Amino acid sequence: MDETWLDGNELAGAMRELFAVDVTMARGQCASCGRTGMLAETRVYAMAPGLVVRCIDCEEVLLRFVRGPDRAWLDMRGVGYLEFGLPAEPVPTVGP
Amino acid sequence: MTVITRGFSGRGRQSENLPPGQYLTEDFPVLSAGPTPRIALDRREFTITTETGQRHTWTWPELMALPAETPTVDLHCVTKWSKLNTSWRGVSLDVLLGDLTDASGYAMVHSYGGYTTNLPLPDLLDGRAWIAYEYEGEPLPPEHGGPARLLVPHLYLWKSAKWVRGMTLMGEDEPGFWESLGYHNYGDPWREQRYWGD
Amino acid sequence: MQPSRLAWRVTTVKAVRPETLIASTLVLDVADWPGHLAGQHVDVRLTAADGYTAQRSYSIASAPDTSTIELTVQRVPDGEVSAYLVDEARPGDQFELRGPIGGYFAWRPVSTRPLLLLAGGSGIVPLMAMIRTRAASGNAAPVRLVYSVRAPDLVIYAEELRRVAGNDGVEVSYVYTRSVPEGWDEPPGRLDASRLARAAWPPSAEPDCYVCGPTGFVEAAADLLVAAGHQPERIRTERFGPSGG
Repeated sequence: MDETWLDGNELAGAMRELFAVDVTMARGQCASCGRTGMLAETRVYAMAPGLVVRCIDCEEVLLRFVRGPDRAWLDMRGVGYLEFGLPAEPVPTVGP
Repeated sequence: MTVITRGFSGRGRQSENLPPGQYLTEDFPVLSAGPTPRIALDRREFTITTETGQRHTWTWPELMALPAETPTVDLHCVTKWSKLNTSWRGVSLDVLLGDLTDASGYAMVHSYGGYTTNLPLPDLLDGRAWIAYEYEGEPLPPEHGGPARLLVPHLYLWKSAKWVRGMTLMGEDEPGFWESLGYHNYGDPWREQRYWGD
Repeated sequence: MQPSRLAWRVTTVKAVRPETLIASTLVLDVADWPGHLAGQHVDVRLTAADGYTAQRSYSIASAPDTSTIELTVQRVPDGEVSAYLVDEARPGDQFELRGPIGGYFAWRPVSTRPLLLLAGGSGIVPLMAMIRTRAASGNAAPVRLVYSVRAPDLVIYAEELRRVAGNDGVEVSYVYTRSVPEGWDEPPGRLDASRLARAAWPPSAEPDCYVCGPTGFVEAAADLLVAAGHQPERIRTERFGPSGG
């Protein structure tokens, strides 16, 4: 068994430095195999110069994150989209 | 202002002959961007693809039959640990690259599992790099990149790609896995080139 | 939850309470703590005098509603941070923490579903936060805790679990994997389908399941839950990594 990975909870702290919402609760789609799920349900390789988040099914890279001293980089090309739950509100009408 | 934690000293120690910002360690941390590839030895190959697309492949037995060296080198990881006087056995890239290159241009190194890293060709030559398959007298363990990894100790350790499967020679440079996400394109620990713009 | 980005803040150790020979609870003063959900964790950062820093995550052990939070840390072999927190830290010491973090492995006390908690070793910590939060909020959801541990002297919160078990809708079962207490009527062994069937809610109860501990335990326990018929959507897991903590 590959014991080197942790689950997506590992991502939560790093992402909360960047975003005001808990990104691990967002649902996404793997751009490689199409699997959908919450970002908390992924494999996170954290013993690295950055975080590498992989699909729990196909193991392809979903997301990569590097934290420098005064900058951070986030690559999300492995995730097709993210769906965030938000408090219910009417959607404004667009138009004249 | 970061608060200092009384009574905490951690594993790393500072030392005078280390590159800036590094801490000395006695253990050998295992860092990885993905699962350890497990590919049968009889299917392991090392391939150099030239700029014109020619492929030169060595099977595992062929690689083992090449003249080997036993360098002792210091390792410097960008995550700040350094490990000194590590001993390896491997084939020099001078032997593998031999007549395939005029020493100009770049290489993209590929690993089993998809990891990549880029280097200028001169940094792989003149005794500065090896395909290493033994560490401290034993076959290189999988968690440290076995059966074979690239070893380029004059640059940060992310350039010493584990589970190496080959390299593609390129006329123009292209960033690899970490170089495309903030890590320095060259990575000289003595000039502390950790991130873009350093 | 929090409307802004999370930043490091300084925390001061108020008290240290040994739980077992290798685990301690640290009571921490955190100014303006915004509160937390049971199951959430914090990141802890220690800085040595020479600038060397180390960072780890620890689950919050306490129920919310106070200006202090409690972390229970179990010493990990060769662990530089856990060794400091368990053996060295004393009242007045300071380090940095950031949190609360993680909405996925959190239990909200408005839930009325039966709660099935599977703990492996130090994985008991966030699950204990759930039990404590439930008690503090007066929530009546029935709880079954299955706590897998190597030996009786490694049980964290032993006294508190003795008091809580059998009362107020909380049932506690132990699985001893290496050595058992005096008079225990089973040999040591890992959690398996039959032990789970005896100790846990059946799938028909549709419990919310939370599994926490080292990777090996979490994999095995989650597989057992699915094999027993629990819906995967009702199973939430948190892995601590191979050595736990």
